[in-house]
Amino acid sequence: MTEPKKPALELQLPPRWQALVERTMAADAKGGGSRQGRHMGGGGHHGMHRQVVRARDARGSFLRLLRALRGRTLWLLVMFALVISGTCLSLLSPLFLGRAIDALKVVKNEVPVDMDVLWRMLLFLLLVYVGNTVVSFLQGWLSAKISQDTVCELRRDLFAKLQTLPLTFFDGRTHGEILSRMTNDIEIVAQVLSRGVVHFFGSVITLFGALASMLLLSGRLTLTAMVTVPFCFLLTKLVAKRIRAYFLAQQTMLGLLNGHIEEIISAQKTVKAFNHEEQAIADFAILNQELRRTGIRARILSGIVPPLMNLLNNIGYALLAGYGGWLAMQGDITIGVIAAFIQYTRQFSRPVNEIANQYNDIQSALAGAERVFAMMDEEPEPADAPDVQSLATVRGELSFDNVCFSYKDGEPVLRDFTLQVQPGQKIALVGSTGAGKTTVVSLLMRFYEPRQGRICLDGVPITQLPRQCLRQAMAMVLQDTQLFSGTVRDNIRYGRLESSDAEVEAAARTAGADAFISRLPQGYDTILSENGGNLSQGQRQLLSIARAVLADPPVLILDEATSNVDTRTEMCVQRAMIHLMKGRTCLVIAHRLSTIRDADVILVMAGGRIVERGARRELLALRGAYWQLEQSQAALLSAE
Amino acid sequence: MAPYRRQIAMAPIFMIIEVALELLQPRFMARIIDDGVGKGDLRLIWVTCLLMLGTSALAVIGGAGCTYFSSLAGQNFGADLRQALFRKVMSLSFAETDRFTTASLITRLTQDVGQVQHMLVMSLRMLVRQPLMCLGGVVMALLIDIRLAGILLLLVPPILFMSLLTYRYSRPMFSLIQEKVDRLNAALQENLAGIRVVKAYGRSDYEKKRFERENRGLSAQHLRTARFMSGMMPLTMLIMNMGILAVLYTGGWTVRSGELSVGEVMAMVNYITQILFSFMFAAFVLTDFSRAKASADRITAVMDTQPSVVDPEGAAPVAAGGRGACRGAAVEFRDVSFRYPGAAGAPVLQGVSFAIRPGETVAVLGSTGSGKSTLAHLLPRFYDATGGAVVIDGRDVRDYHLSDLRDKMSMVLQESVLFSGTVAENIRWGEASASQDEVEAAARAAQVHDFVLSFKDGYETLVGQRGITLSGGQKQRLAIARALLKKPSLLILDDSTSAIDGETEGRLHASMKEACGDMSILQIAQRISSVCNADRIVVLQDGVIVGQGRHADLLRSCRVYQEIVESQTGEDLSAKGQNGGLNHD
Repeated sequence: MTEPKKPALELQLPPRWQALVERTMAADAKGGGSRQGRHMGGGGHHGMHRQVVRARDARGSFLRLLRALRGRTLWLLVMFALVISGTCLSLLSPLFLGRAIDALKVVKNEVPVDMDVLWRMLLFLLLVYVGNTVVSFLQGWLSAKISQDTVCELRRDLFAKLQTLPLTFFDGRTHGEILSRMTNDIEIVAQVLSRGVVHFFGSVITLFGALASMLLLSGRLTLTAMVTVPFCFLLTKLVAKRIRAYFLAQQTMLGLLNGHIEEIISAQKTVKAFNHEEQAIADFAILNQELRRTGIRARILSGIVPPLMNLLNNIGYALLAGYGGWLAMQGDITIGVIAAFIQYTRQFSRPVNEIANQYNDIQSALAGAERVFAMMDEEPEPADAPDVQSLATVRGELSFDNVCFSYKDGEPVLRDFTLQVQPGQKIALVGSTGAGKTTVVSLLMRFYEPRQGRICLDGVPITQLPRQCLRQAMAMVLQDTQLFSGTVRDNIRYGRLESSDAEVEAAARTAGADAFISRLPQGYDTILSENGGNLSQGQRQLLSIARAVLADPPVLILDEATSNVDTRTEMCVQRAMIHLMKGRTCLVIAHRLSTIRDADVILVMAGGRIVERGARRELLALRGAYWQLEQSQAALLSAE
Repeated sequence: MAPYRRQIAMAPIFMIIEVALELLQPRFMARIIDDGVGKGDLRLIWVTCLLMLGTSALAVIGGAGCTYFSSLAGQNFGADLRQALFRKVMSLSFAETDRFTTASLITRLTQDVGQVQHMLVMSLRMLVRQPLMCLGGVVMALLIDIRLAGILLLLVPPILFMSLLTYRYSRPMFSLIQEKVDRLNAALQENLAGIRVVKAYGRSDYEKKRFERENRGLSAQHLRTARFMSGMMPLTMLIMNMGILAVLYTGGWTVRSGELSVGEVMAMVNYITQILFSFMFAAFVLTDFSRAKASADRITAVMDTQPSVVDPEGAAPVAAGGRGACRGAAVEFRDVSFRYPGAAGAPVLQGVSFAIRPGETVAVLGSTGSGKSTLAHLLPRFYDATGGAVVIDGRDVRDYHLSDLRDKMSMVLQESVLFSGTVAENIRWGEASASQDEVEAAARAAQVHDFVLSFKDGYETLVGQRGITLSGGQKQRLAIARALLKKPSLLILDDSTSAIDGETEGRLHASMKEACGDMSILQIAQRISSVCNADRIVVLQDGVIVGQGRHADLLRSCRVYQEIVESQTGEDLSAKGQNGGLNHD
């Protein structure tokens, strides 16, 4: 996937982090979200491993960046008009300056200084300067607009893309790493777009303008001034690729570091409880050190270019002065021409310098852009088939047909899972942890695609339904609750955005959440902190249930929905839920068997297979796995 | 900054070399024109040219040296600042991190540090180079002619004024930008954490809208700032350009009166151009500077925050007992009350008193939001009790060193957290030095060994944010294994067996006792089956203890406990005695 010739920078990290880098890089390179199990290589030796970070297709990334500007053609045209006029104005000023100095020169021949010419030139210069001010003001204004619009759009697109990615993508990366791409990498791209691209073209135009004016004044001097130009480009070309690779390594490290920061800070309770601060700081130091190393290399290399460019300029300057002086002595040109020329060479060398420097900046931006685009190119959840039809009404009939699934090759989580659910039935899934219960739900929601077999809703394979329709038909309350910052009301309303306040409160009452909400300082309008940090786990679960209640779907999925809710509250919830469950298909996963006694069908799962199924009575009569489960719970209870 | 004093000092020295040499260039130019061309001295022209080349070659050494040292200084400074900030964040207690929010802390650690680092590099290069260029230009101009140079004096006040204005007004704008970055990050982070819920409810459009709000907010703030800047810079430029006009005009008179040569006026114009450019760059740097200042303020805000939970002064260290000792801790809650900082309403805990004797298992039961987790959080001092005292082994928890205190106990939280890494690394997390055998023993005690072996890679399987998906019960058991590896004197299980089926939980309790026989356990739970074997059960209701005793006692005496049991067995215990019915809240 990578050509060996491309320059690269080696990351030196302990094996533990190495594996993470490799995974990220491999995922980026493939541009596909497919998960691949990687061995950790035994972790036997603890020497530094080397991970090579390679810059990939630069031209492709650059063209895509330009394409990001496409929607703003009109503004870009205005911008270029401004750049051209600004350039013309700055080209004019040396011309007038030269004339003004020539006007002074006359004095040597005892003729009074031509004040008229001087005045006129000064007036022209004044106009040029004022014009320049206006143009550069407009330029700054406009380039800010263009770049901000572009970046805003880029971020929006990336976020939208993120929403379409399958869960496998998120499973494989830390949040911090994704976060880093959305902010740090886009930030770099933004800087180049705002300062770089427009400047770049401005520089090119200036370059040609200066060249033309110089040619008009003296062909020979122009040639002299240009002697160093090829060397400038050579130098740029020589270092550009390396710079990009170095910046890519730096950005990769930044992403890793971000991942670590996010993970540690989010899990602060665990960190503190285990006195793990020092270890976390030590880990941080390893990543930080590597970021420092890659950063230094990237900066030094890109920082060495401008002084070298300066040298080349000064060589041109010296050549010009010598040769120009000689020419002036021959009487071929006037001193004014030399004066103007020197101004022009400045104007000429500046854009060459700028092009070179911006070329470097663009390299670093391309490194950022590559990481952004790698995410853009991730395989989204397979698109809905073109001929999919939404179900007008969902009855809630479910069927699983010989479904097999594994997250990782060779480690099946679900085997030959077959199940028929009639509309309105309540199905309970029980079994030890890791038996594959939650996986059943994830497959039903199409978070993952089964490796084999078919899942149908109302007789239609779920792959033939629009995802939106499928997921709207179901409401799910998960083991891990997730609340969003906002008010309690907003969080419940997440289940159905168009619901009224009264409906929200009714749902909260059904879910048994009303009591604690009314005790909150601002009731339903209490602002929740990050992931409802100011609520207890049980309270958060109640809010999630209220959310599902409000969604009012034909299919209700409760995956350990009340595991952290005390049983008395749970009983109230259940009583209310009996109403709610009427006429709905329900899939309930629970460990407290008391909560699922009234299920129409109880499935006992073990090792990814259904080992028993039937109503409670039948299962008890069977004296099999379920009977044992109930016995053990009862035994624990009556152990007294 | 001390460690990089040398680098910080070297960068400007090299820069001075470069600037000094560059400043000579227009002087050489004047000599070529006046003495060389003017007097027809070809040799002088060539010699001067060679001099020019020589000096510019030297200037490269200066420039490269400056780059080298400033990059070194910048990256080192940035890395160390990040390290110090991270260390600080690690030392903060929850009251403070809650206030800053996670998202903002992340932004501060990455972006804000980046801004400050960038600023240092820029200032080492530009803030030295440009004023030097400027100063040098002024000196050289003065050498040519005092009167012409006097024009410069006139330019200084308006330019200074403009610069101050720019700085003054742009800084708050940049602070706002960073705040908006915080908000954007928060929105993103939330979306990532809740991606399953987002997908389950088909809310990606809604999320996009939410994100777009923050996105637009950030862009708009960027735009406002950039627009302000794009107004200030050209104005500054214009003022400088007026200076050139003035020189030319005055130059006309001085040349006419024969006081100055044309070459000198040209040199003058060159110097003024150079001064102008240095001002322009200074304006650029000023932008960066005000941005960096905004970031530096945000970093300082964290650095200056004092953690509210700190080591007591002069606390005697606890004799090494920790791992392996496994002596049960004696815990006592003495009339403890607690209220979250800044929270209104009734306190979360009120007058809570109970004890855990060494080796005992005490369970806490109670309705959702009754203060069970808060109670547990007081033990490792996540928060400090606002009234009463928590005492472990006869000493107030506030009199321990934090690390000693937390070494004594293991805590398994409601939400089990796994970190990016292998299963083994996750178990070894609290005790990095543990051997593989110890890891496996802990895993066996946590009833998770067999399931780990069912993976192809066994203990080397990747889990966590980047790893495979584990079920809730599996995560909880890994977290318990992690806690057991520490061989704590006190194990706190904060409703951390909720996703584990009853049968496994029964085995778990047995194997835990076997592995760490003498440890004391505080267990918060919902299921009666999890707690009925406890030595004592504490029943909490709205932050107050309403019952305490063994299962059988409570079954007789505590109404709330009866209700809890009823809710799980379906039997109506009260039918045997007092009034029936549920009086939930």
